[in-house]
Amino acid sequence: MSLPGFPDAAPMAGLAGGVLIGLAAALMLLGAGRIAGVSGIAARAFGLAESSLPRAGAAAFLVGLPLGALIVTGQSAAPAPAFAGTVPLVVAGLLVGIGTRLGSGCTSGHGVCGMSRLSQRSLVAVATFMATGFATVAAMNALGLAVLP
Amino acid sequence: MSRALIVPLLSGTIFGAGLTIGGMTDPARVRGFLDLFGRWDPTLAFVMGGAVLVMALAWTAQRRMQRPAFAEGFSLPDARDITPRLVGGSALFGIGWGIAGLCPGPGFAALAIAPVPAAIFLAAMLAGMALVRFLERESA
Repeated sequence: MSLPGFPDAAPMAGLAGGVLIGLAAALMLLGAGRIAGVSGIAARAFGLAESSLPRAGAAAFLVGLPLGALIVTGQSAAPAPAFAGTVPLVVAGLLVGIGTRLGSGCTSGHGVCGMSRLSQRSLVAVATFMATGFATVAAMNALGLAVLP
Repeated sequence: MSRALIVPLLSGTIFGAGLTIGGMTDPARVRGFLDLFGRWDPTLAFVMGGAVLVMALAWTAQRRMQRPAFAEGFSLPDARDITPRLVGGSALFGIGWGIAGLCPGPGFAALAIAPVPAAIFLAAMLAGMALVRFLERESA
């Protein structure tokens, strides 16, 4: 199904993926009593943050992420997506790492888990990173900086 | 394997599958969403909407539970203050997200799709996290 006016959109696949992400975060909340915030879990697994989540549990969650991706891509013949080159990946990675630690979360912790709880901190965080994300892509487009083929 | 590992492993696996089905492991799709003033691709809003809807239900269930199903107790964020650190950090994160079209979840999931770019992004991300930790310890 496509969305009139938005030729690139995949609303049904997006919704289905979103429901799965919600179920995964719900399992973490109701099963383990924790927020499924990937930046915090990554920091915990690599010894870069203290948390009540056991380090092995944090590592198990991170191992699951590519495992789930593998299960999905194994069923599909779709071509692999393109990624940015080394320099933009390094710059982006550094900013994402610094920003998510200072800001206490990313798209999963603040976006999925915090917004659904109507956390004011998360609503402010999401509004902020969406705004700078929009501005970054707009500025790069205006400057003719293409990172993807 | 103990339940302390199975629950996060299963959650991570479902999470990674959801990210991939929703197109979030494709940087072009994420940057398409962030290209609000260009050829906008609203797919990410559907992903976020679906996830938030399910999690809103989970939070109502959580409020009625004494303890989680497979752990001793809940351990949830309780900070309430809006600080310059929260806003500044989120602003930096958004810039990085916009540059490469990757955030932490899709970064890890993409290890199964494009291992080299994913590993470069994740190594830099962890270095950024380590830098924050180092500077915090220096100033402590």
